[in-house]
Amino acid sequence: MNLQRIFAVLKARTREFYRDKAGLGWNLFMPFVMVLGFAFIFSNPEQDLYKVGLLGDASASDAPAFVHLKHIDFIAQDNEAGAIEKVRRHQIDLLLDLRSGQRYWVNESSAKGYIVERLLLGSPSSSAPQASREVVSGRALRYVDWVLPGVLAVNVMFSSLWGVGWVIVRYRKNGVLRRLRATPLNAGEFLVAQILSRLLVVGSVTALVFVATHVLLDFTVRGSYLALVLVFLAGAIALISIGLSVSARVRSEELADGLLNLLSWPMMILSGVWFSLEGTNVWAQRIAELLPLTHMVDAARRIMLDGAGLRDVAFEIALLLGIGVLLLGIAAKAFRWQ
Amino acid sequence: MAALIEVESLVKTYPGVRAVNDISFSVAEGTCFGLLGPNGAGKTTTLEILEGISDADAGDIRFRGAPRDGRYRELIGIQFQNTALQDFQTVREALDLFGSFYPNHYPLEELIEICRLGDLLRRDTRKLSGGQRQRLLLAIALLNDPELVFLDEPTTGLDPQSRRNFWHLIEGIKTRGKTVLMTTHYMEEASELCDEIAVIDHGRIIEQGQPNALLGQHFPRALVRIPLHTLPTPTSLPDGFEARGPYAVAATDDIDATLAELERRAIARDELHVSTPTLDDLFLKLTGHGLRES
Repeated sequence: MNLQRIFAVLKARTREFYRDKAGLGWNLFMPFVMVLGFAFIFSNPEQDLYKVGLLGDASASDAPAFVHLKHIDFIAQDNEAGAIEKVRRHQIDLLLDLRSGQRYWVNESSAKGYIVERLLLGSPSSSAPQASREVVSGRALRYVDWVLPGVLAVNVMFSSLWGVGWVIVRYRKNGVLRRLRATPLNAGEFLVAQILSRLLVVGSVTALVFVATHVLLDFTVRGSYLALVLVFLAGAIALISIGLSVSARVRSEELADGLLNLLSWPMMILSGVWFSLEGTNVWAQRIAELLPLTHMVDAARRIMLDGAGLRDVAFEIALLLGIGVLLLGIAAKAFRWQ
Repeated sequence: MAALIEVESLVKTYPGVRAVNDISFSVAEGTCFGLLGPNGAGKTTTLEILEGISDADAGDIRFRGAPRDGRYRELIGIQFQNTALQDFQTVREALDLFGSFYPNHYPLEELIEICRLGDLLRRDTRKLSGGQRQRLLLAIALLNDPELVFLDEPTTGLDPQSRRNFWHLIEGIKTRGKTVLMTTHYMEEASELCDEIAVIDHGRIIEQGQPNALLGQHFPRALVRIPLHTLPTPTSLPDGFEARGPYAVAATDDIDATLAELERRAIARDELHVSTPTLDDLFLKLTGHGLRES
């Protein structure tokens, strides 16, 4: 290994990345859009839980107490037939006719309709045993806080897979690798330079997005920053090594693109980035366990939300590094310049 | 002169085709050796094996009398036929990048001057013209001050002026004592630059030698042609001439004697045409098809 040669290739590749304004913009823009989009979409902290249609005047003095319950969105309806159709389609959970006072419509296949009906027919609290009332306070966990570690991890995944895998295939196809092969640069030096360059890029972009979203969204990291950095570093190494393995011999950009999509989409869906896998199909959970992104997201979320420290996520860091080292070995052995 | 590189019984087979079929030759130090042949003849495959880019199925290659070792790549320079450089880098950065791969360097400023890159150093490599790009690729091939320079069809796609300019660069390299091994489609290029050529077809060398010596072996020195209607009596041809269509043609090694014969017969020489055979003619004769045909 010649450090001068590694540094020269690292410099050239990193320069190629940051001078490609379109690619750089996309790398920074995408995670911002995702995080800020989720923050905006789920910005209402107290969304109503149920929707009830009302026929008649809710402000009338004889209106039942039910229409004053909190966290139910009461929506005035003009057309009885149209409103009943909405119940049929689960667009509203229940329809109450205040004009007759005794009539309501509920869809028996609607779970929310069932709950609202129980609320309408009477509160069970009257028969509940007396219990002392305890008051707690604290900010609700916003969806954006929960989703942020996943969005950052997904960005690392895309940047690692395509920034290494696809780029090497492009180099192979257009003859850059052939030209480099004609020099004393060896495959190990070339691959190490690609890995280091991509780690530098991924690290910088992730840090930038993290700081900017921190300023804009005011989230807190309850656990260890060092552990968080190590989780992302180990995750990036694992994902870069996947990118290298895919690109070791492939000559076609289209095939590389297909293979990278084949790997990234299951991770996007099954790694718990957007929703918790708790309670989902057991097979989906088992498959998720095999995906590096699952462990990366899980460890990052435990650090940021639950206050986990380095020791708590040591297993995930070791696992991700293990995947990285194993696949790097395979990629280096399988690598072909042409 | 001692051989810098020797090739013996080289064989390379791809599925369904023997691209290189028992090729042997040697290149003397300080000379320019040209591999000539149509597309698919096997010349680029031969060159790639010698460059160390691909492996031969059989055969022996010796550099300075010994098998090639790990240092070989530091001692050669290559200009590929089709190659790309990384995007978003200037000419200067490309030179710096490739320069950093080698322990030995040709003085960079001198190289920039030789390859006339001085005004282009800050230009993005993607924005170079064909000729400028070939000059940069040549400079990259020479960065390590190589003993042996490989040029694979270096002027394909260049306009005639750029091609001539490039030839001057190669002449300059030769005068600096470098050994050049090149492939080309252009016979004029081979005549201009090569001290020795090997004509390849279907993976085999079908003729090899100095260009003029080969032409001398296969052709008389000149063809003298005169229209039949300029003869006083078209049915009576001068000595040494034969009728070919509307012309009387003489293939001769002694042009003076032929011209004297025409003078003796008082034949007007206004429409006289004298031509010398070219490597194109040689290739046509050897293979039955032109060099530029695929």
